[in-house]
Amino acid sequence: MALLQVDKMTHYFGGLRAVNNYNLEIESGQIRGLIGPNGAGKTTIFNLITGIYRPTEGEVILENEQLVGLRPHQIASLGLARTFQNLRLWRHMTVLEHVKQARYSKIEYGLIGAFFGTAERHREEEENERIAQDLLELVGISQFEDQIVTNLPYGAQRRVELARALAIEPKILFLDEPTAGMNPEELDQMMQIVRQVHEELGMAIFLIEHRMRVVMELCEMIQTLVFGEVIAEGGPDEIRNNPAVIEAYLGKEVVT
Amino acid sequence: MAAISETISTNRERLSQLKTMVSEPFVMVPILGWFFGALVAVLLEQFIGLSLARAVGLARIPALFGVVIALEKPVLIPSVILYDLLIYVLPIALVARLTASPSNWVADRLFNFRSWVSVLLHIALMYLILHIWTDVSDYRLLVARLILVAVIITLSLNVINGYMGEFSCSHPGFIALGAYGASVFTVGLFVNDNILGSALLPETLGRFMFPIGLILGGVIASLGAILVAIPSFNTRGDYLAIISLAFMFMVKSLFENLEVVGGPRGLGGQPDWAGLPTVFIWTILGVWIMNNFVRSTLGKALNAVRDGETAADAMTVNTRRTKFTAFLFGAFWAGVAGGLFAHVIRYVNPGTFGLQMLAEVLAMVYFGGLNSVQGSIVGALSINLLGEALRPLDIYKWLVIPLLLIVVMITRPTGLLSFTEFDFTKTIKPKQNPEGEV
Repeated sequence: MALLQVDKMTHYFGGLRAVNNYNLEIESGQIRGLIGPNGAGKTTIFNLITGIYRPTEGEVILENEQLVGLRPHQIASLGLARTFQNLRLWRHMTVLEHVKQARYSKIEYGLIGAFFGTAERHREEEENERIAQDLLELVGISQFEDQIVTNLPYGAQRRVELARALAIEPKILFLDEPTAGMNPEELDQMMQIVRQVHEELGMAIFLIEHRMRVVMELCEMIQTLVFGEVIAEGGPDEIRNNPAVIEAYLGKEVVT
Repeated sequence: MAAISETISTNRERLSQLKTMVSEPFVMVPILGWFFGALVAVLLEQFIGLSLARAVGLARIPALFGVVIALEKPVLIPSVILYDLLIYVLPIALVARLTASPSNWVADRLFNFRSWVSVLLHIALMYLILHIWTDVSDYRLLVARLILVAVIITLSLNVINGYMGEFSCSHPGFIALGAYGASVFTVGLFVNDNILGSALLPETLGRFMFPIGLILGGVIASLGAILVAIPSFNTRGDYLAIISLAFMFMVKSLFENLEVVGGPRGLGGQPDWAGLPTVFIWTILGVWIMNNFVRSTLGKALNAVRDGETAADAMTVNTRRTKFTAFLFGAFWAGVAGGLFAHVIRYVNPGTFGLQMLAEVLAMVYFGGLNSVQGSIVGALSINLLGEALRPLDIYKWLVIPLLLIVVMITRPTGLLSFTEFDFTKTIKPKQNPEGEV
């Protein structure tokens, strides 16, 4: 059975059907992509799987565990991490604190440790700090460790989000437009980092992207979503040459 | 225009030059050195304070650095300044400067021996200074104890309003629950009282049971906080502020109508167990535990919830548990502070815990600084001292303090010392190189 399985997921916002009969299977270690025009419901699918919304119908199963009905932090703790399309960083916290915060569910010292500063707490906090520093090293922003996150350049802020999500030790990483708003140079770096993260940590990745180049180069399998429905699914070449995709996503004229 | 801005900038330069000129000789003085200076000053006041005060034309030792006297009789301003210079400023400055290297040596030795020993010694020294200073007059003793209680209250409110960023107005309610809880415990069990009946246990035992009474008050306040914590799961901002305000009024009218604890007349006759040592120890304990909490990852979760709840949730932070903990934890310390407050004043009535108190505690938090332990201490200290010092202004006092608040809010919108981390061990480190901490 697949690592993550989504079965016949449908969601309504009031009378509006945002997602219709959506199916997904992700094997461990796989990189999959989700593309589609603006308003197709890509982020809604992310929000449905990660528990921000509860699907009207359907099932989401991660390693035999039913995710529908769980709260977002529970789903995240089970190993499903995500980043956000519009950065959602904590504006008064430092970079290191961001990454350490995502270790929340791994903390065992409890309130007694938090109140009285036990030896157990110091040991755990130090260990989490070391893990966080390693992750910052991996995404290449360890020089910003003690900076307040709002002082960082945009590209670096994106990397903070990535490092923070990695601190959960996810089995699957959801990336919501990881290269949005980046210049070509930053884009190349980001793709390099995603590849490197995938190689070193080996988790499955599911990403939403607008830039075809990114999806085509990174993903093994791609789904195309239009008005909440998957109209095509397949490898990069299949998708690139699928007339329905070209019509719906790239426009009616033939791409040169 | 250019000329004006030039004069302003040169004035600024001069000001900063003056600042460095004044501060430069003291860069190397560690906290221990300042404590030595303060110790000498309070001892000096103890022994020659009265004769010096008479010599410069004052009737008695000025209680709060002479601000009250200066406001009442402006003629005496020079005498007050002279007194403060001779008793406080000069001795502290001289001793701090002269003992800089020996106290650095001592601080270094202590710090390298065991840092907690050093921390305890610093706290003991702080207590000694406070004890000698308050020995001079009962008024000082009362003010000092109230300020220490206010520090706990401010910090506990800061946990909710600053660290978690929810505008909670329920603090007077929590304080009232703690004050009444602890009072009923002590007055009911250890005192012959016409409301709560005769003592069930000997009073000598009560002194040792007092901490239990305070903790009981804290727990009762925590239980009350559940009423605010549960709505906070789905409600934020203005709506939660209204709910918490409603809670405050609920508690107030509860005690107004509860005849068993005296109704609107209040409950008096609390035993005099909240002396300076007791209050001091509880304040240190409260600050220590709250500071520990807000610096842990579990406590930083409060900041994460404040700055982005969705992101916090997605990063495995249990937001409901975090909010619940913050409210109950803040309320617990407010309750403990309430118990202490009741035993310092030795009388409680429901009228105390109304809007006036809410305004005062909020002022202390927002003046001192959000998300900051130092800020809470500074806020509690300055608002209380100002309130006492400006007493001669009568009703105009409530014109001056809010005006000051507005000025602070304009220049520093989040308070004097906001968004800092408090590390006492770092503060008491010896200062070896001037490039280090200034």
